[in-house]
Amino acid sequence: MRTFPVIFAIALCMLRPTGGEAQERVPPAPPEGLRAIDHPWDHGDRIDLSWDLSPDDPSRVGAYRIYRAERVDGPYEIIGRVGAGTNQFVAEKLERDRPYYIKVIAVAHDRSESAPARTAQPVAPTRQPFDGSRFWLSIVTLIFCGSVVFWINHARKGRPVKIRKIPGLEAVDEAVGRATEMGRPCLFIPGIQDMNDLQTIAGITVLSRVSQIAAEFDAKVEVPTCRSLVMTAAREAVQASYLAAGRPDAFNPDLIYYVTDEQFGYVAYLQGMMVRERPAACFYMGAFFAESLILAETGNTVGAIQIAGTAQPAQLPFFVAACDYTLIGEEFFAASAYLSGEPGQLGSLKGQDVGKTIVALGIIVGVVMYTLAHVVGLDTPLGAGLSQAVRYLREVILT
Amino acid sequence: MKRTVPLMITALGGFVLIVAYFIPATQGWGEVAAIWFDILAAIAFVLGGGNLLKIHLKKASDRAPGWGYSVITVLAFLTTLSVGLGKIGVNPNPMYPGFPLSGDYREIGSPFWWLYEYAFKPLTATMFAMLAFYIASAAFRAFRAKNVEAVLLLGTAFIILLGRTFAGVYLTSWLPDSLFGLRIENMTITIMSVFNTAGNRAIMIGIALGIDPIWGRGRSDPCTNS
Amino acid sequence: MYEFLKNLDKRWIFLMMFLAVSVPIYIIGKTGKTFPEVPTLLAEATFQAIEELKEGDPILLSFDYDPASEGELAPMATAFVKHSCEKRLKIYFMALWPVGPQMIDDVIARVIRSDFPEMVYGVDYVNIGFKPGNEGVIKVIVTDLRELYTTDDKGTPIAQIPMMEGIHSVQDFKLVVNVSAGYAGTKEWVQYAVTPFPDKIKLVAGCTGVQAPLLYPYIPQQLPGLLGAIKGAAEYEKLVIDKYGGTNPDPKYLEAKRRMGPQLVAHILIIILVVLANVIYYIEKKREART
Repeated sequence: MRTFPVIFAIALCMLRPTGGEAQERVPPAPPEGLRAIDHPWDHGDRIDLSWDLSPDDPSRVGAYRIYRAERVDGPYEIIGRVGAGTNQFVAEKLERDRPYYIKVIAVAHDRSESAPARTAQPVAPTRQPFDGSRFWLSIVTLIFCGSVVFWINHARKGRPVKIRKIPGLEAVDEAVGRATEMGRPCLFIPGIQDMNDLQTIAGITVLSRVSQIAAEFDAKVEVPTCRSLVMTAAREAVQASYLAAGRPDAFNPDLIYYVTDEQFGYVAYLQGMMVRERPAACFYMGAFFAESLILAETGNTVGAIQIAGTAQPAQLPFFVAACDYTLIGEEFFAASAYLSGEPGQLGSLKGQDVGKTIVALGIIVGVVMYTLAHVVGLDTPLGAGLSQAVRYLREVILT
Repeated sequence: MKRTVPLMITALGGFVLIVAYFIPATQGWGEVAAIWFDILAAIAFVLGGGNLLKIHLKKASDRAPGWGYSVITVLAFLTTLSVGLGKIGVNPNPMYPGFPLSGDYREIGSPFWWLYEYAFKPLTATMFAMLAFYIASAAFRAFRAKNVEAVLLLGTAFIILLGRTFAGVYLTSWLPDSLFGLRIENMTITIMSVFNTAGNRAIMIGIALGIDPIWGRGRSDPCTNS
Repeated sequence: MYEFLKNLDKRWIFLMMFLAVSVPIYIIGKTGKTFPEVPTLLAEATFQAIEELKEGDPILLSFDYDPASEGELAPMATAFVKHSCEKRLKIYFMALWPVGPQMIDDVIARVIRSDFPEMVYGVDYVNIGFKPGNEGVIKVIVTDLRELYTTDDKGTPIAQIPMMEGIHSVQDFKLVVNVSAGYAGTKEWVQYAVTPFPDKIKLVAGCTGVQAPLLYPYIPQQLPGLLGAIKGAAEYEKLVIDKYGGTNPDPKYLEAKRRMGPQLVAHILIIILVVLANVIYYIEKKREART
């Protein structure tokens, strides 16, 4: 009787599911021919890796894991993971001139790992004298700067340089003259940003011209500033203008003063000052934000002629709506050249146009190529070629 | 010398920044130049504060028009400065109870916090809110349909104004699905993502290109005024 | 009537605008009713960007605004924090504006301490504060956050904050959310964070109405989601409240929707003023032509 339970237990053991426990996972074949070279033309923090795919890719291999170490025996730390079918990787954030050992392991779908493929020798990333990723940008910069230099020389040789009329700048003399006749001051606001903003520099440049005219007409120009450095630069500019106009004695440094860094505190001061002193001409030249409409409307209320210039796209509509003249974007940056009429500066404006032409041509070429590629079909040789050209333009030249 | 040195510093600064961008070995120079600017700006802040006090104290002592505002300015400046720097009314950090200045000057309930919460914040918000009034007066005064472009612009403005509120949805909700694109909220999206985007891209490119020659134009430096 | 309108004093316009804003505020305050909102694709994309994250994922919230734009941006900042708390994300606050930390303190008090008291500072959320430098800060922290931030906003060393473990740069965050009122703001985050690391940094943003058109060129590649002005905030609020607000949501999570009422009336007023001004202009032109 006891025989049956024993036989039953033995039979049960034989029927016990063997499944995955008894079946050992066979690791996939390793990748081969691991090559590591210093990434060319970089800062010395990258190594390019490539290998031959594992023979089990893609049937069993799901991914490759990449490791690095500073000694051949480790410890290795993982630095990346790529999918099956990929046999390249760029190791980044490495220390310059430090040798690294690399190993790559193929990982199967069942998470078993192959033997590692290792680099025979350590590789050290080195810094090159030039950042290769910016090669095309340097070419464009050279062309752009070269054209500016060419046109400056062209203008200095006495050849005429034609610039279209900018009404806002034509009106500067008229505005200052009006203030002189009315016996009221001019107000010049060089924006609310600091001297590291190009618009502020452009504003100070216009200020030097406005203050020279004011010195000649014996008008008062008041310049409250939002930054201390701007106050210092503005004082230098105005003093030089008065000197150039032959009126150094008329220069009053107290008319150029600092108010506050706080945006709306500055605007509140300006509003009060405009309502009390009622300037006849208001110049808003620089970087402005939300306060642009407050200033322009207050200036309109006191009956001032208003000329604004800014490259802040968000504020341009407010100035255009509320001011008598507005210099938009590059017209503002061209102000210095325009007002002085100096050949060198006019030449540089012309050089800018070459840059804009290059950009416009680039846009047209890119758009035409991309459209054509889709019209003829990406699977045709022409379409594939155009698509590749567009990719090169976008990812290499324009990056 | 007074003009040459600043010119040379400006030119050198611009040159350093360009070189640092292209040559990896010099990358740190650009960062150093940026730090120097921050140091200069901090020193200039002291200069500006001193200038502010000088101007307003002079105005008050001369009884010039608006001198009362100058008195308020000086009082506010000195009060905020002393309360903030001196950490008046701030409890010391529990980790360092023996050090009165170890507390956080922004501690809730402290005088500095009170000045910020009940003076600075409402005043700043009020100034910004005034824009609503000014936009209405500017719209009434300046938005005239004088020509075809102005008519188009005003029409676009009306669509956006309505499309950004429930009024737009309500006014054109009756349109059938076949005319989905003519519903005001959808026209708003089309205008913003197609026309507006194209225009802004052009402005961005133009401004970016216009900035470049400023670096090269040494002769247009305001100090030389030539 | 024509002469009165032609020479209309600005103060009548100011009065009309005052009434256009204050009357709806009063009515909405009394009745609690708001206009329905239909979220646009951009608001949905912004919502999904946070919704896709898993519990414990680190999210960086950069609050780059000040009290002046708090009226427009605080509701979306509140909604962002509420959403992040409901998803149980690890929340990291920072600011590029000097008064940004005060904005952060406000939102933490209003949302986290009030509705999520179980969240622990340093474990579930941290405020690393403000650093001067504008885009210079972004340029440094996208590769090495600890080079600039050695302590949190209160002065505690970063190494002593448990949730800072594993966070070495902006690339370690699953998502960056920027609430921006101007410079430095979303544009700088796009230019100096997303553009150099497009596969590593994902950014969604909320901004003021005047800034929104400038950011459209970056949509959708560099900026998959954008909330523009109070309208965007209202749409996003609706999505968050529909999912996490319950049957009786706290009024502080409905601020943007409440503010859409005054916006509607004010917009209609501006349209009426413009039409009126043009009618007067044309009557005047006709009279001049006749004479």
